[in-house]
Amino acid sequence: MSPELGQVALILALLLSGLQCLLPIIGAWRGSKPLMATASTLAIGQFTFVAMAFGILMWAFATNDFSVAYVAQNSNLSLPLFYKLAAVWGAHEGSLLLWMLILNLWTVALVAFGNRLPEAFFSRVIGVLGFVSFGFLLYMITTSNPFGRMLPAPGNGADLNPVLQDPGLTFHPPTLYMGYVGFSVAFAFAIAALLGGELKSTWVRWARPWTNAAWGFLTLGIVAGSAWAYYELGWGGWWFWDPVENASFMPWLIGAALIHAQAITDKRDGLRAWTLLLSIFGFAFSLLGTFLVRSGLLTSVHAFAFSPARGVFILVYLAVVVGGSLLLYALRAPKVTGGKSFALASRETLMVLGNLMLTVACAMVMLGTLYPLVGEALNIGRISVGPPYFGPLFMLLMTPLVLALPFGPLSRWGKADLTVWKRALARIVAMAVAAGIVGFLFGARGWHQLLGVTAATWVMAGVLFFAIKRWREAPRGKRYPFEMLGMMLAHFGIGVFIAGAILTRSMSVEQDVSMKPGSSVGIGPYAFRFEGVRELPGPNYRAEQGTMVITRDGAPVATLHPQKRTYTGGQVQTEAAIQAGVFRDLYVSLGDPLGDDAWSLRVYDKPFVRWIWGGGVLMMLGGFAVVLDKRFRLKRVEETETIRPHPAPATPRKLAEGEA
Amino acid sequence: MNEVARKPVARFVPLIVFAALLVFFVVGLAWNQDHNASFVPSPLIGKPAPAFRLPRLAHPAQFVSKADLLGKPYLLNVFASWCFACGDEHPTLMAYRDKFGIALIGYDYKDTPQAARDWLQRHGDPYREVITDQSGDTAIDFGVYGAPETYLIDAKGIIRYKHIGPLTPDVIAKRLEPKIRELEREGT
Repeated sequence: MSPELGQVALILALLLSGLQCLLPIIGAWRGSKPLMATASTLAIGQFTFVAMAFGILMWAFATNDFSVAYVAQNSNLSLPLFYKLAAVWGAHEGSLLLWMLILNLWTVALVAFGNRLPEAFFSRVIGVLGFVSFGFLLYMITTSNPFGRMLPAPGNGADLNPVLQDPGLTFHPPTLYMGYVGFSVAFAFAIAALLGGELKSTWVRWARPWTNAAWGFLTLGIVAGSAWAYYELGWGGWWFWDPVENASFMPWLIGAALIHAQAITDKRDGLRAWTLLLSIFGFAFSLLGTFLVRSGLLTSVHAFAFSPARGVFILVYLAVVVGGSLLLYALRAPKVTGGKSFALASRETLMVLGNLMLTVACAMVMLGTLYPLVGEALNIGRISVGPPYFGPLFMLLMTPLVLALPFGPLSRWGKADLTVWKRALARIVAMAVAAGIVGFLFGARGWHQLLGVTAATWVMAGVLFFAIKRWREAPRGKRYPFEMLGMMLAHFGIGVFIAGAILTRSMSVEQDVSMKPGSSVGIGPYAFRFEGVRELPGPNYRAEQGTMVITRDGAPVATLHPQKRTYTGGQVQTEAAIQAGVFRDLYVSLGDPLGDDAWSLRVYDKPFVRWIWGGGVLMMLGGFAVVLDKRFRLKRVEETETIRPHPAPATPRKLAEGEA
Repeated sequence: MNEVARKPVARFVPLIVFAALLVFFVVGLAWNQDHNASFVPSPLIGKPAPAFRLPRLAHPAQFVSKADLLGKPYLLNVFASWCFACGDEHPTLMAYRDKFGIALIGYDYKDTPQAARDWLQRHGDPYREVITDQSGDTAIDFGVYGAPETYLIDAKGIIRYKHIGPLTPDVIAKRLEPKIRELEREGT
């Protein structure tokens, strides 16, 4: 298939996206039904052409069409097919195309599931998404065409960056983008509400499942990225506070805040302006993330090719989209403060506290990420901001949140029942202290480890206590609606994550050793015996593979094969070998030959490291579970577009305390 | 948050903050246009070169120290036989060795003397003198960032200029030559 066809498809998609932005919004403004009716058709049309362009690029990779410059730069005849396909998003142009495809997937999902929204509102949402899409397509076509030819075509390609030749990569960008771009839906809902001057906050309920789904994907994307760094970078770290990691973490924090703010607006009609603002910020940070990665503004391990024209374009785009939205917000945000009043001790207060901590944490991360930039701009020297800044401050900001976490779900809207708090507090404290003692008996020493165990138990015990209370008090079949189940999963995931993060940090044993074949090194009860290194050919690399036999009290535990690969392009890449387990990972990574058959090796024992990602996966499942809740299934909307601001409580009032 | 909604002026705050942020981005982007992002300024420029005493490649039993080289300006070129970029740089050094007008001293970095000798045998030896730093300890004093690197050191032993990465005819003409001429003017 001709790559020029892909180029044409992109241009057609651009034209359609322009129409998709203009026609439905004009239609909603003029009240013209025929114009509004174009929304779905245009969205599907745009999707078709973007998907076609994506398919053509993938085909070019699959068939080794090195006359396409992007393919020649990122593929190679000997690259396995799996990575050839994943190489589509291995560099700048292709990842933008993936970004576009995913934006279109979200739009089409909205067409499929959101067509019961009031027509004018739906048209505006699709129009806003059309605008977002138009900007990105224009960016691609003008600065980052993935279909550019390289003639005469080289006989072979330069190969995909070996750092990216890992199964983790195939999942990391698509899921991360699903999250990033997914926030565009909540954003489009907020802008549509502002444009249409929605007086009621009903739109917030429509937006909630979309926000939760996007956040779930973003969580998965971050988890995949973290796991990939752990496997592939060869020194067993899982989070580095690298600018690009921060770029994905900022929308995650805002997304978590937004999920809770939306719940308040939906259930209690409060925090309306705040919810609007967070909806805008969530997407703004997604764009900022794209900008930071793509513009070369910040130096980072994710070094993408830097081009000034690209940076300028994204900057202008950011200014128009975010600046325009904030201006719209300033002019049209609801003037009346609404919402039911609430006491100091109430679920609202706790959720506002959580919101505050999450947004301040996001601001803290942003300050640290951009500070080097500010330093350079003001000419006060080259500064780098790293873990010593982020780590302690993040812990500090999250402490009140973690302490309050168990009590949010246990509190009633409006006014919490203090006797419930007291009872819960007593039990949660008892369980956390008990866990601390058990941990101590099992050999946990040092305040870090004890803190990890107690903090994690604090959160998990809170969720368990809530689950038991709910089981006792709610009628069968109504005990755990999906919305509540999602909350419980995600909160429990936070507990699991805390255990993993703190225990790994404090209990890991890491040794950088020089070993000769036959020599052994001991870590705790494990003995690692080095059996030497041999050469092994790979499809597009040559590996030096070490063999490490691990025994415990003489009994074999595992035989690990860490590799050091030299790819056809000459780049060297380490592949750590890991004996994974629920309670510990044994991690071996091969360093350099030291001569005389000796090698430098990294030998790690990393307890509970998997809990970090396990916690993340639980949070993701939480986000997805909420989407399934019956509350969010749209009924055929009445033509009058008057929707009751609040549903009658589904459960009897006395149960309201346990309501999600 | 309810406060925000009550006072219309407060609702412009996010927009103003965002506008301020944009200004920084514009400045940052403009800054990036004419600066190399991987440029690392050397704090040693204008300061005396660190004292060193290293064996000669040709006669490992003999040592060359900083004091031995005082009195005339010279170029100190950090290279290694294992360094690919040094291979790219090498033809330039061969072509320019007599055109610099000052001595070119080789600094063999984290290398074995035998490998370095073989390498120079194969590709030609542009250096007046080569000193070897097998451990790389002295290189840390110099703030060596990676090979190849070139230091311009004046007659008083002060580092006047440092170039990271291979020297090319373009770099020599635009950056290095003017600095060398500057030293010559000072000398007369």
